[in-house]
Amino acid sequence: MKPLIERKNKNGFWGDAWCRLKKNKGAMFALAIILIMIFCAVFADRLAPYPYDLQDYNHTFETPNRQHLLGTDNFGRDILSRIIHGSRISLLVGFSSIIVAIILGGLLGAVSGYYGGRVDNLFMRAMDILMAIPGMLLAISLAAVLKPGLLNLVIAIAVADIPGYARVVRASVLSIKDQEFIEAAQCVGASDSRIIFKHIIPNCLAPIIVQATLGMAGAILSASSLSFLGLGIQPPTPEWGSMLSSARQYIMSYSHMTTFPGIAIMITIFGLNILGDGLRDALDPRLKN
Amino acid sequence: MEKILEIKNLKIEYKSNERTVEAVNNLNLLLNKGESLGIVGETGAGKTTTALGIMGLIPDPPGKIVNGEIIFEGHDILKLSKNKLRAVRGKKISMIFQDPMTSLNPVITVGDQIAESIRIHEKLSRADAVLKAKEMLELVGIPEERYAEYPHQFSGGMKQRVIIAIALSCNPELILADEPTTALDVTIQAQVLDLILKLKREKNTSMILITHDLGVVVEICEKVAIMYAGEIVEYGTTEQIYENTSHPYTRGLFDSIPDIDAKEDRLIPIQGLMPDPADLPKGCSFEPRCRYSTEKCKESNPDTQEIGNGHFVKCYNYIKRGEQ
Repeated sequence: MKPLIERKNKNGFWGDAWCRLKKNKGAMFALAIILIMIFCAVFADRLAPYPYDLQDYNHTFETPNRQHLLGTDNFGRDILSRIIHGSRISLLVGFSSIIVAIILGGLLGAVSGYYGGRVDNLFMRAMDILMAIPGMLLAISLAAVLKPGLLNLVIAIAVADIPGYARVVRASVLSIKDQEFIEAAQCVGASDSRIIFKHIIPNCLAPIIVQATLGMAGAILSASSLSFLGLGIQPPTPEWGSMLSSARQYIMSYSHMTTFPGIAIMITIFGLNILGDGLRDALDPRLKN
Repeated sequence: MEKILEIKNLKIEYKSNERTVEAVNNLNLLLNKGESLGIVGETGAGKTTTALGIMGLIPDPPGKIVNGEIIFEGHDILKLSKNKLRAVRGKKISMIFQDPMTSLNPVITVGDQIAESIRIHEKLSRADAVLKAKEMLELVGIPEERYAEYPHQFSGGMKQRVIIAIALSCNPELILADEPTTALDVTIQAQVLDLILKLKREKNTSMILITHDLGVVVEICEKVAIMYAGEIVEYGTTEQIYENTSHPYTRGLFDSIPDIDAKEDRLIPIQGLMPDPADLPKGCSFEPRCRYSTEKCKESNPDTQEIGNGHFVKCYNYIKRGEQ
């Protein structure tokens, strides 16, 4: 009897979702890409063949060859090493800005959805104001007002993303708070915060996770764009966007300098988008089969 | 006998933009310790609203308790602060819900849902709460190995048992069972009722059982209140209500139950529908459907009168003993 019961327990909601995700080959491929990216970022020091800021003036503007698999840039720095190191910044900015945005946006959304009325109006109108400003423009102006740097880059991107999460969470809270098990929780004397965090949030994780994976792609793109504009990460720290930006002037003669960082961005965004799509399908129990 | 719950002149309204629905009108109830009271009535008679009122859970807006007192163990529940009320819910008064399918949180294991209520009200460590929750599971007849399973792995009857376990986990003084068996099939109904009754006897808990089913009431309850359009039209011991049915509405309810011995082709329903609770008639709310109605019934709403020892009827022309 025992093993049967234990096996059953592993399949809860998340177990089922994982099974469905496993069946989706595209999503598993995307997951592999993301895991490789994370692996690169974590072990960048070991994986990169050269230090990212090692300048070699005898080997500038080299196209891909044996010593430099992806070639070198105008200072003779190895592009592969810079891309590997750049993944750190991109993933860091992507993850942390999404986490900040989820926490703040989720909290605002949960509170306005749960309490409704005046609080809801106040918070959501504030979100509407934020939403009225195009996200990129908002991030650019925030990044310009704050000083360039990693933390400020994260803040600039996170603030632009908050309204999206607030709306998603509010909508799911609204649909869940009227269900009977919430009333049942009130009946056993659970406090409001307990109901929000223990009963409501876990029930609306699915849409949040989907929004987060899709949003992370956007955040990485925003980070690259801001760095491209010179408002994000400052040289010599490698970042995909800033690599593109500095290679821009050589695009006619040495196109490999822009191509490879561009491909790195593209693959990551591609992976995150496919994974987000797969998660959306996997987490929707109505598609069970 | 010690009083545990007394409701005086309770009036609950739901307000929407233009309409005011009078869900509960001048409701008076008395419940002694260890007793069970059945509240019987049609859908929309205000039974659940009364129960939510006792829990202090009327959604406001749109609901509002306009008037009245709900005295539980000497304190008026309506005057308690939010925190004190929270300490009463689940600990002193707990509720068993109608639909076990939707009353359990789908993403939390059943065991944890029982343990949650214990942890909120009793100063126990996590491990002790888990032990107690397992005990409760066994008590309602579910093996404790199933502690870590999710609600979707349980059948409807088992879910209802889990809900009963949650309701009883803190040894409440009063259980409000809101149609605990409506969503279950007949055999499971009997099991669940037996379980509730057994546990209630063991712990000497008082209970209010809300139901449509007069058969269930006679098995379980000592007292019965018949509700119609937000009012209690007849109230008394189960014996008084069944042996000496006095209100025409109660009579009608009994008549519409098929008799297993008599060969009947058709049931005898009560003609008509319950009045719109947003637009109650001036006189007796049952008058439009009543066989015994008179001009007086149309003009004014009768007061409740005591016609026997603890037997109350809200009717001018109640059916006297032997007249049926």
